Amino acid sequence: MTTILGIPMQALLGQILIGLINGAFYALLSLGLAIIFGLLNIINFAHGALYMLGAFAAWLLLNYLGVNYWGALILSPFIVGVLAVAMERYMLRRIYKLDHIYGLLLTFGTALLIEGVFRNQFGVSGLAYPIPAQLQGVQNLGFIFLPNYRAWVLVASLFICFATWFLIEKTRLGSYLRAATENPKLVQAFGINVPLMITLTYAFGVALAALAGVMAAPIYQVSPVMGSNIIIVVFAVVVIGGMGSILGAIVSGFGLGLIEGLTKVFYPEASSTVIFVVMAIVLLVKPTGLFGRAE
Amino acid sequence: MLDTHCEKRLRIEGLNAFYGDSHVLHGIDLHVERGELVTLLGRNGAGKTTTLRAIMGLVERRGDIRFDGADLSRLPPHKIARFGIGYVPEERGIFSSLDVTENLLLPPTIKPGGMTIEEIYTLFPNLKERAGSQGTKLSGGEQQMLAMARILRTGADFLLLDEVTEGLAPVIIEQIGIAIGLLKERGFTILLVEQNFPFASRIADRHYVVENGRVVDMVAKDDLNDPGVAERLHSFLGV
Repeated sequence: MTTILGIPMQALLGQILIGLINGAFYALLSLGLAIIFGLLNIINFAHGALYMLGAFAAWLLLNYLGVNYWGALILSPFIVGVLAVAMERYMLRRIYKLDHIYGLLLTFGTALLIEGVFRNQFGVSGLAYPIPAQLQGVQNLGFIFLPNYRAWVLVASLFICFATWFLIEKTRLGSYLRAATENPKLVQAFGINVPLMITLTYAFGVALAALAGVMAAPIYQVSPVMGSNIIIVVFAVVVIGGMGSILGAIVSGFGLGLIEGLTKVFYPEASSTVIFVVMAIVLLVKPTGLFGRAE
Repeated sequence: MLDTHCEKRLRIEGLNAFYGDSHVLHGIDLHVERGELVTLLGRNGAGKTTTLRAIMGLVERRGDIRFDGADLSRLPPHKIARFGIGYVPEERGIFSSLDVTENLLLPPTIKPGGMTIEEIYTLFPNLKERAGSQGTKLSGGEQQMLAMARILRTGADFLLLDEVTEGLAPVIIEQIGIAIGLLKERGFTILLVEQNFPFASRIADRHYVVENGRVVDMVAKDDLNDPGVAERLHSFLGV
């Protein structure tokens, strides 16, 4: 059997794959956080809970209404996005003028509330969500067996990340968003309805989290704590990429998933801390993050 | 002195404005007729910039602001802009995350009849050469031209210009003066905040002098030759 540095090739490729899948979720979640932070100046600590809500919405849709995976992929982000609209209108809007810490506390409290309700209702053991029939089975790539569902998650999240990047960096709508991130009052003075744009941006960032939740449901357990398990890592990813940087969120999401996977192979003891080590190093060398711009 | 055939586009009465706890404007009264170029003169901190910001709804304000007969005093900025009011802020507000073309195309079209990109490039040829540059990589003069150019595209025909000559070289000021003259010829109505009195006196129809958040004097172009008026202005402006 082929080995690299004493590690069997297959174990290495397997971990790289797992790393990329995890990275796909990091990227989708940190992308939403970056967009929200950019325009709203809010560190959305509820992001993990909203990701969990996306997964639960898919599970509830399937078990109570018979809506399948593909339906949930559209409906669940929509439902959670509508919830986000209400959150922005009635809660976040009141605190924009205050220090960042208030947004952080408010969204953190909201996250605890949502998580508590689901923990009370469903327990913490987790619920199974079946892989859709069309995506069952595996591909033999010769050097590795790749489950179809994981391949789908990888391709779909890459596509969503690219589409979001393109929307923000290359279109007219995106130029409104970038301009409003810099100077919202002036953009509004040009005749653009910035308050509406802020609401929709929050909803879009949250819908991305819910979408990630639906895609995660068949891989991880649907559990009330799935959000808080991943969110701390995602915040480290955002800090590494640079707060508010779209490209930074995507690149560091996939990159850190990969680094985490490789660490599992070469030095498993450090696999759960390696991202935070990278974060500490990046903050020492470039405090604004890899892709962040100094203000 | 006022021509009764003229139509008031903007009429402000008893305008008060606030930044948090500080009360900045204490009852501004002024009006601008169709096609007029009116300046707000006064020392730093007199309330000129705040007056423009209050018209745009960018600060907390109270009082009567009528534009083409409509009441603007309770509207948010994006609805005010929709009346055809174009705003060039004092800090120019060029966006660093947008290139020159994106900056130019940013403000949405409000009314038909805006200038085409070709006309804008004829007015400000420097911008054409810099189309692909990042917005804030431009020189101060080019940024000022960009800040003006982008609102000419939108069809806005009432311009609020804040200190468009500040910190610029005489040759650039000259160019901007010519551009403003051309806009006036095309029928634009302009309210200009200006510290540079020699510049303002060459192009404006009337001047308001603002002091401590109030209008303390109004001088028409023709009265500037009167030595008494000139002396009064100088005492207000400290020039």
